[in-house]
Amino acid sequence: MATMTQTPARREPHGFFTDTTVCIGCKACEVACKQWNQLASETGGQQPLSGDSYDNTQRLDGMNWRHVKFIEQFSADPQRTQQSRWLMMSDVCKHCVRAGCIEVCPTGAIIRTEFDTVVIQADTCNGCRACISACPFGVIDINENAKVAQKCTLCYDRTTIGEQPACSKACPTASIQYGPLNGPNGLKAKAQERVQQLKEQGVDQAQLYGADDKIVGGLNSFYLLVDRPQVYGLPENPQLPSRNLGPSSALTTVGAAVMGLLGLVSLRKKRMDHFAGQPADRER
Amino acid sequence: MAECHPVAFRWIMQAKLKGAKLIHVDPRFTRTSALANTYAPIRAGTDIAFLGGIINYVINSKRWNEEPFFKEYVVNYTNAATIIEESFKDTEDDEAAGRFSGLAQYTGDPLNGFVGQYDNKTWQYKGTQATDQGRTGSTGQSGEQGVQSGNEDTNLPEVPKGPPYDELVKSLLKPPAQLDTTLKDPNCVFQLVKTHFSRYTPEMVQEITGCPKEKFIEVAETLLQNSGPDKTSSFAYALGWTQHTYGPQMISCCALLQLLLGNMGRPGGGILALRGHATIQGSTDIPTLYHSIHGYMPHPSAAKGKKHDSLNDYLTAETLAKSYWSNMPKFMVSYLKSMYGEAATKENDFGYDWHPKITGDHSHMPMFLQMMDGKVEGMFCMGQNPAVGGQNARLQRKALSKLKWLVVKDNFEIETAVFWKKGSPEVEAGELRPEDIQTEVFFFPSNQVAEMDGSYTNTQRLAQWHNKAAEAPGDCRSDMWFTYQLGKRLKALYANSTAPRDEGIKNLVWDYEIDDETAKLRDAELQITGADDAAKHEEEPEGEPDIRKIVREINGYQSADKTKHLANFAELKDDGSTTCASWIYSGIYPAPGKLIMNNRDADPALSDAGKPTLGWGFAWPANRRILYNRASARPDGTPWSEQKKLVYFDPNLTVDPVTKLPYTDLKTGEPIKGAWVGDDVPDFVKNKKPDYQPPEGATGLDAHPGTAPFIMKFDGKGWLFAPTGLVDGPLPTHYEPVETPIKQNRLYPQQLHSPVYKRWERDDNQYAAPGDPQYPHVMTTYRLTEHHLSGVMSRWLPWLAELQPELFVEIGEELANDLGIGNTDMVRVSTPRGSIEAKALVTRRIRPLTIKDGDTDKTVHHVGMPWHWGWQGLARGSVVNDLSSLVGDPNVAIHEAKAFVCNVEKA
Amino acid sequence: MTLSVSRRDFLRLGGGITAGTALAGLAGTGADLGPVTVRAQESRIKDVKPFRSVCPYCAVGCGLLVYTEKGADGKNKIIDIEGDYESPINRGTLCPKGAATFQLHVNPNRVTKVLHRKPGATEWEVMGLEDAMNRVVQLTKETRDRTFVEKNEAGIPVNNSLSIFSLGGATMDNEWNHIQQKLMRGLGVVAIENQARI
Repeated sequence: MATMTQTPARREPHGFFTDTTVCIGCKACEVACKQWNQLASETGGQQPLSGDSYDNTQRLDGMNWRHVKFIEQFSADPQRTQQSRWLMMSDVCKHCVRAGCIEVCPTGAIIRTEFDTVVIQADTCNGCRACISACPFGVIDINENAKVAQKCTLCYDRTTIGEQPACSKACPTASIQYGPLNGPNGLKAKAQERVQQLKEQGVDQAQLYGADDKIVGGLNSFYLLVDRPQVYGLPENPQLPSRNLGPSSALTTVGAAVMGLLGLVSLRKKRMDHFAGQPADRER
Repeated sequence: MAECHPVAFRWIMQAKLKGAKLIHVDPRFTRTSALANTYAPIRAGTDIAFLGGIINYVINSKRWNEEPFFKEYVVNYTNAATIIEESFKDTEDDEAAGRFSGLAQYTGDPLNGFVGQYDNKTWQYKGTQATDQGRTGSTGQSGEQGVQSGNEDTNLPEVPKGPPYDELVKSLLKPPAQLDTTLKDPNCVFQLVKTHFSRYTPEMVQEITGCPKEKFIEVAETLLQNSGPDKTSSFAYALGWTQHTYGPQMISCCALLQLLLGNMGRPGGGILALRGHATIQGSTDIPTLYHSIHGYMPHPSAAKGKKHDSLNDYLTAETLAKSYWSNMPKFMVSYLKSMYGEAATKENDFGYDWHPKITGDHSHMPMFLQMMDGKVEGMFCMGQNPAVGGQNARLQRKALSKLKWLVVKDNFEIETAVFWKKGSPEVEAGELRPEDIQTEVFFFPSNQVAEMDGSYTNTQRLAQWHNKAAEAPGDCRSDMWFTYQLGKRLKALYANSTAPRDEGIKNLVWDYEIDDETAKLRDAELQITGADDAAKHEEEPEGEPDIRKIVREINGYQSADKTKHLANFAELKDDGSTTCASWIYSGIYPAPGKLIMNNRDADPALSDAGKPTLGWGFAWPANRRILYNRASARPDGTPWSEQKKLVYFDPNLTVDPVTKLPYTDLKTGEPIKGAWVGDDVPDFVKNKKPDYQPPEGATGLDAHPGTAPFIMKFDGKGWLFAPTGLVDGPLPTHYEPVETPIKQNRLYPQQLHSPVYKRWERDDNQYAAPGDPQYPHVMTTYRLTEHHLSGVMSRWLPWLAELQPELFVEIGEELANDLGIGNTDMVRVSTPRGSIEAKALVTRRIRPLTIKDGDTDKTVHHVGMPWHWGWQGLARGSVVNDLSSLVGDPNVAIHEAKAFVCNVEKA
Repeated sequence: MTLSVSRRDFLRLGGGITAGTALAGLAGTGADLGPVTVRAQESRIKDVKPFRSVCPYCAVGCGLLVYTEKGADGKNKIIDIEGDYESPINRGTLCPKGAATFQLHVNPNRVTKVLHRKPGATEWEVMGLEDAMNRVVQLTKETRDRTFVEKNEAGIPVNNSLSIFSLGGATMDNEWNHIQQKLMRGLGVVAIENQARI
């Protein structure tokens, strides 16, 4: 099938809003992701029980692009009266506004798409692992099959034909929602509304993680939590790699979303421009 | 529900976001509990005590007694006002004994397993035998007990042999029941119910179930506050309620409560069975079940207590003069025509004698015991895995080795297919040697859903068609191919037989050959469903049957012309002129090319708004989505409220809004004014006025007044009290599971268990004694989101296997500490049937419960085990059903894997 | 299309799993290579009209869309299975099992030949479909004819055989259930059961 050669038009920033309060831990997102992206099971399905609640995939990496976490919070009394909570959260690449992975990638394989999402281009990745250590969330790893760094693409090959990502489409309870982030009908507005609703119901700890720019300039995949971020394994104050010089959006180029050699050359050029102190794209 | 039916739970979460309250009652804190507003822990198997407590709470509450809605619903739509025979004795009449009147020793075949039996003569409506088909799903009434069901009145007048059968139906009329609409008569159903549950106090609930009484009251109060004219509450259940020696009584208890709360036949109400297989509903309707034939007709029986000797005997025993079951002769004759076609004539009773009869309990458990004893030679096992899913699975696997031949048809090499091979627990343990096993075993590989046309009926009775998208690999064949070819080849062998015993198979209609018409119809239907017309069907493999001809036979057609399909079951005749296998599915294929199951014409916004989507698939009967929905209107036909409006009577309507035809009287042809209309297909005679009163001698639905929503019941009412239909009592009663950690029933000191359950005690199926200190913990088995049942459709899939890769046993932290067991330690779990190893998953989600055994406080620990694993596939583990036992409920012969006892120790 | 689906060499990925046929052992399949060129290709379902289907797992009855493409042999190949947005039951969503329906179909662990085990044998043998059918027909007839009961002690026709047991149905199609129970009852087999009771 033909490789795309047209420059896609810039779109509204799109992303995920994950409302953990309606997550039922079913893992449909994990499987739908593997189905669409044809990702193998690292162990072929044969592995020991983790013993970590109902979490047996354990992490995000090159072959697990969605991962559901389970957190059991039960008080010490026999009736568990003080606290009786089983928190679940589907985790994924945060598609950071200031993406450490883009910063450090020496080959320019990691690009920002017209949806303002972050994608690793497998055919230009050389497997150097720089992005793996640059990611403050531990999202990226080498896919042992592809031998290159891999992570969530935010289903770029679905969103470009107007489909939503496989995981959010599959999610039975709409814990994972996909859409434009900003504006009155955007995910951020919806998320604020939900926080408000929860607070009115007495869930004082309801909070958004990554919806504003405090965390690495903002996360295009952000979360609604009902406990401290650390409880969910999310860093309170994630640090970008020291090489970081500015917002990674500086690297953003709509043209770079186009694949093929031309796109690549152009991207490299932008990178060079950037390192020469001439950010090419500040329009965001 | 979030665990096993996550997508159905989608709608629960949407309701919750709009303010609905979600309550979860379960021994374990599951993914459902995590999302619930209220979680109520409960000891496994004590749900009747819990529900009975709510019934008692409701009846005595201020709201229920002051809000007029409840009385209006209960008096008009239930049998609360009906007077019961004075000779009836309730379990409460002798608190120590805890039995209903009529208990006797069981004297039938020991293989049927009953520990006792009731004679239900004293449970009847006063002055009239409460005949009811009372047989839906009921094996206990297949003739294995002396209990009454259907018409057993020996003084019935002789009626001429039909058809027509109108005289026979009329001869079955009984005098009407006596009522006290003030509900004050001490022998009216309402008073009996009130007394029966009067000791189910919040304290009693806590002492039996272990649920703190404050939690229990919170649940009861929430239900009460959320039921009424403008609100409804609904219950969803799964095997946690059915797999008990009193499983059907659990559902019955919930039905009783829902009727009292006015939640039946109304939108957002009801009791929803969350079933586990794609067409478990369809395979119950179109029964691959021994006790019934199509459309919930009882299987002809030669067992004790049933007189089914001839077709007339059968119809006399099973037809009801009042209710829609008065049409039984039409259903049965049309069914026999579907079996024997032109050979079925009036003169030979439509081939009734060729049809086999059952002679006892031929259900799963006794059949495996028979097999173990060498009395079963051959078995077809299609899409089921008893080596893992069967109770006392060790016994079931060993029984397989006694077969002469076994045919397994499945996708993967499942445990049932390789019980004889190295790797099987019995072969590994040296209990079986492959060389000694004389079973000839076949494995036929199957097509999967996207590789064939066909339909499933989901848990809400919605039949949906699936289209063939791709060819299956190699020698995989559809299940229909297999059975069609088996029949075709067998029929060829019997074609020249002159033996009377072969008449049945010789005359069996087996005409499903593919012809030119087939492909034309299929392509036309594909267009309708929007499938890719460029990617038309593959050619069917050689020998595949024409599935549309099978559907046509299920739907029904005019016997004289197969292309004239029946539009619906109203067209059925009792004289052989119509052929129809399943009366309830009639209307699913009303004309060639019009396969309603394939309808995909529904505005998605309707489901988002909680309204029926009648254009999507076909829900039997008559594409109706909510049964008995006449109850969604007041007795006078107006909606109970604007919020809960569904079906109502429009007194001024003269033209049918769907067909655009004027309403006319069927007999006189005169125009009629007034009809039932609404968002759903009304479950009522469409022009019957709410104030209609039946004339003397009326039969069928003419015998029901305009206020009787429950059209399948002979009195048109929802039954709080079941005079027939359940063999273990007219009212639900708390009894203990057969294996229980306690020695004494808190309610009935002398009656620990149901007095009539099914027990098959033998060396290879032993039970723990009540309160046995060797087996101190309560075991409950269950399923996980990540796997499917015995794992056949999940353990071979890496994407699912990795999510729950190994068997585990969930143990509460307190018990684990007592036993010195750490998380992921290997432990040994034992029962009198077996002993298996599994990894411990230690969790505070499981909590100890404090209950009373007699007058003594007792702490009970639950141990939970999902049962998806076996020794085959990618994700492997011990077979949990090696621990469960063969023990049964007396109504439907379901086992008790949700509550038994075990021991746990570090391995 | 350069998509991995069309290059279905499954990998050996730890856990000591050997790829092979069902006779030889199990394959830890899933998929082969990751989306090596994901950015370079168009969506594999672009402009493909799917077949409508129904999820084969639980009884909720979620709508499925089955996307296919023509394979090299000219036959349809399944390239994607996902939820049907228009279904009022699931509105496009699925649970993990439903989402894995693709792997239920495209799975090297599927058995694709008839397997036969002779009495006393320790291993399977592959058998031809035709031979296997004829052998099953022969066994069925032998058992049925030998164990058939025409009348009970009271002389009432019962016309049954209790020596053959038909198990299964809840995971099949309605249409199969119809012809299976019909054939069995036609033969006089009354011990017919499915998962509804367990």
